[in-house]
Amino acid sequence: MNQYLLSVHMVEGAAPPSPEVMQKMFADVDAFNQVLQKSGAWIFAGGLQPVTSATVVRIKEGEVLFTDGPFSEAKEQIGGFWVIKAKDLDEALKWAAGATRACGAPVEVRPFQEPAP
Amino acid sequence: MESSEVERVFRECSGRAVATLARRFGDLSLAEEMVQEAFIQALEHWPREGLPASPPGWIITTARRAALDRVRREASRDERQKQSLRLYGPEESEPLDEGPMLDDELRLMFTCCHPALAPSAQVALTLRLIAGLETREIARAFLVPEATMAQRLVRAKNKIRDANIPYRIPPSEELPARLRWVLAVIYFVFNEGYVSSAGTELGRTDLVNEALRLARHLVELMPEEHETVGLLALLLLIEARRPARTAPDGTLVPLGEQDRSLWDPKLIAEGQALVRRCLVANQPGPYQIQAAINAVHADARRAEDTAWEQIVALYDQLLVFTPTPVVALNRAVAVAELRSPSEALTLVEQLGLEPYYLFHAVRADLLARVGRLSEAASAYERAGTLTANQAELKLIERRHHELLARARVLAH
Repeated sequence: MNQYLLSVHMVEGAAPPSPEVMQKMFADVDAFNQVLQKSGAWIFAGGLQPVTSATVVRIKEGEVLFTDGPFSEAKEQIGGFWVIKAKDLDEALKWAAGATRACGAPVEVRPFQEPAP
Repeated sequence: MESSEVERVFRECSGRAVATLARRFGDLSLAEEMVQEAFIQALEHWPREGLPASPPGWIITTARRAALDRVRREASRDERQKQSLRLYGPEESEPLDEGPMLDDELRLMFTCCHPALAPSAQVALTLRLIAGLETREIARAFLVPEATMAQRLVRAKNKIRDANIPYRIPPSEELPARLRWVLAVIYFVFNEGYVSSAGTELGRTDLVNEALRLARHLVELMPEEHETVGLLALLLLIEARRPARTAPDGTLVPLGEQDRSLWDPKLIAEGQALVRRCLVANQPGPYQIQAAINAVHADARRAEDTAWEQIVALYDQLLVFTPTPVVALNRAVAVAELRSPSEALTLVEQLGLEPYYLFHAVRADLLARVGRLSEAASAYERAGTLTANQAELKLIERRHHELLARARVLAH
């Protein structure tokens, strides 16, 4: 079994959808998560706070340095993710199709270096 | 036996060999390298000892032996190879059964044409691993430096390994969607060779032959898939017109003006037989319909004998499957013949194909036919700026000149 990261890509600062759309999205993601958990493919998942809440930590000349804001200045940022088990990319892509349908944003599928525990 | 003959026989079966080894060892790069190794040995043995009874069997056995040696030597190599060694045992020798070998080749095709790979990578992998072309040859055919092509191939193979793109024939519910990618790769290879062969670049007609070989082979592998048969028929019927397609000075000759006696009757007969086979099966798809359109053209001894009504009806059917402006443009060309240029012009004006040279070329022809000459002239000019293909450019320039001459006559 392999592990894949399914990350949700969102445009930072884009106008939030209407409350009804949000409500439906939450319900759809919930339903998707339940299917994922029942199937045994679920490892971990979570939604993230906006990038304005991020802090970058790095070492500069031996000192720990903190910087406010995201590492990448890109407009698209990760808004949430799933870590799943799948036997191959085709299976992972199928889950990703369900994920993007539920959350309404593009989902990137990326394999882990390590196989699933 | 000449080394060019060794190369030809080798290329015929190298795809099958890579496919079989890839399943056996679960490592595409290893399979490719070991088959290459077997080729070097074939160059040494075959000219001396003659062609083996089963060339694919010889290559697979030789490559497998080389692969086992390599895996044993490099005990620290990746886990999957060791697993595969454990799975099959190093001494086990698989019987060389035709059936499973054909399945291996299909598996490899579906892996090479996996939609998670960039289309350019799909094409490169298919030509390298299935068709057995050298990286150097593929690079030349696509006019990119060899290093670029080598990198493209390495990146694609790494993605297959790292993302674990499966090595299997898709289950039947996914098959039609996945087969479309395989067919698109073959059609792309054909078009690259065909379009450019009319231009000034040489050596790219090889791509046409490779595409025909791949399409033929796919029909052997999946005789029940009608779209595959349709694609082969389409390629044969287009290829049949090649001798009539360019004038001696390299100008593109449009279908209506071609010398039909130059068309290749053997290719036409083969293509039409396949189209009939599709018609009997009655499960139409876009390639089959395009093949049928070309079969109708092939039926007409003279351009004026063309059954335009059938052609328009087939385009109507094609639009159901692929409702694209390019298909609508081709349909409009047929409508001009069946009904009138002005009716076709109305249809063309509605298509938003501004960046496409053929849109302007078709529009120019139609404008000229309805007598709107100055508009036609500017449409030809626009078309000329949008294609770099010499044969297409020459045709547009010729039409443009004819138009200007006609305008001068009218002005006098």
